[in-house]
Amino acid sequence: MSEAMDPKELIARRVAKELKSGTLVNLGIGIPTLVPQYIPRDVDIALDSENGLVGMGPRPLPGFENVNLTDAGASPVTALPGAAAFDSAMSFGLIRGGHVDVTVLGGLEVDAKGRLANWMIPGKMVPGMGGAMDLLTGAKRVIVAMLHTSKGESKIKEISKLPLTSIRVVSLIVTELAVIEPTTEGLVLKEFAPGVSVEEIMKNTEARLIISPEICEMRI
Amino acid sequence: MLKKPVCRTQDILDLIPDGASLLVGGFLGVGAPTRIIDALIKGGRKNLTVITNDTARPDVGVGRLIKAKCVRKLYASHIGTNIETQKQMLSGELDVELVPQGTLVERIRAHGYGLGGVLTKTGLGTMVAEGKRVIEILGEDWLLDTPLGADFALVHTKLADAAGNLNYEFTADNFNGVMAMAGKVVIADADEILPIGGMSPDEVNTPGVIVDYLFRGDV
Repeated sequence: MSEAMDPKELIARRVAKELKSGTLVNLGIGIPTLVPQYIPRDVDIALDSENGLVGMGPRPLPGFENVNLTDAGASPVTALPGAAAFDSAMSFGLIRGGHVDVTVLGGLEVDAKGRLANWMIPGKMVPGMGGAMDLLTGAKRVIVAMLHTSKGESKIKEISKLPLTSIRVVSLIVTELAVIEPTTEGLVLKEFAPGVSVEEIMKNTEARLIISPEICEMRI
Repeated sequence: MLKKPVCRTQDILDLIPDGASLLVGGFLGVGAPTRIIDALIKGGRKNLTVITNDTARPDVGVGRLIKAKCVRKLYASHIGTNIETQKQMLSGELDVELVPQGTLVERIRAHGYGLGGVLTKTGLGTMVAEGKRVIEILGEDWLLDTPLGADFALVHTKLADAAGNLNYEFTADNFNGVMAMAGKVVIADADEILPIGGMSPDEVNTPGVIVDYLFRGDV
């Protein structure tokens, strides 16, 4: 099944497995926004949107959009029964204050310590950090969902030359090739994608990887 | 309760001079005071200092002020959706200070609520901590960020009453309510203005006592 699967879909499907009922989850832009469609029906999470909404629902049907009800990308969304809307101070109080259980963020690079860089490429692209620095600081668990390589180059670096988004070590890195967990010993390779060899992962990873004794095929 | 003056485009231009500092509400244009922004562009205002979450897109919300080259100094958390902001920053026409979103809103809140600063872990050990004080409290490091206010707060609301009370809808609150506390003069761009008594005290998000003017465009 995996051979034909889109790499981003594979990442989103694997990340979806990490989410548990009763948790508050914030999803960043890019691959993370693909995650909700793969969450099993019996898993009941609340989605947090940093522009001031907990209990964000899917896109409304055409004609039912409200210009004052959007996600953090300004696309129209719905508010599920039980949802709450509030201002940015409350929104970032939830984020920084440790009330968000999981955030799933896209990444430019992760270093060998498991620290994420995702807010600027000096001299090339300076979009700004938006809420990413606060999410990395305050969310209980941080999952990085990103492609393993960019233009053939590993995005998991021994040392990242990009400015870090936070010195906080992320909880898990999910790519289309592998699931990697940063530990005090280093980056531990825990899962390989179906049809992907450990050698292939090592070849595509600049940072040193420790192969977990319990390494297994990615569950998707 | 005293009624708040409902101003017209010319009043906005009489109030806000070139070089003024402005807090501008909105999140990617959602909940942005677009009619006030258009008044400033029409009046050809220059050298403004703007504090806002993001610069939306070139034709949306505060993004229009950037595109019309009205702004000299910008504080924002995200500028990636507006190519004009990027261009003017690289050419040196626009001075940009990027602030993490949660820190930005708390710096504004600190000013409006009479607090001397913000202590946060956000940004510790990163580029945004350069030149800032790190303060140890009970054995933990915190980054000190200073309060941020402005001459004017320009906010948007779906619903106001004639006393200046504001009620924001869904995600259109964002920075508006916080900014209304931190501007010396507060102008609210309201889609609808109810008579006094038309809004329940429970529905008020921003009390009218801090709102100086209401604006609905020249209707």
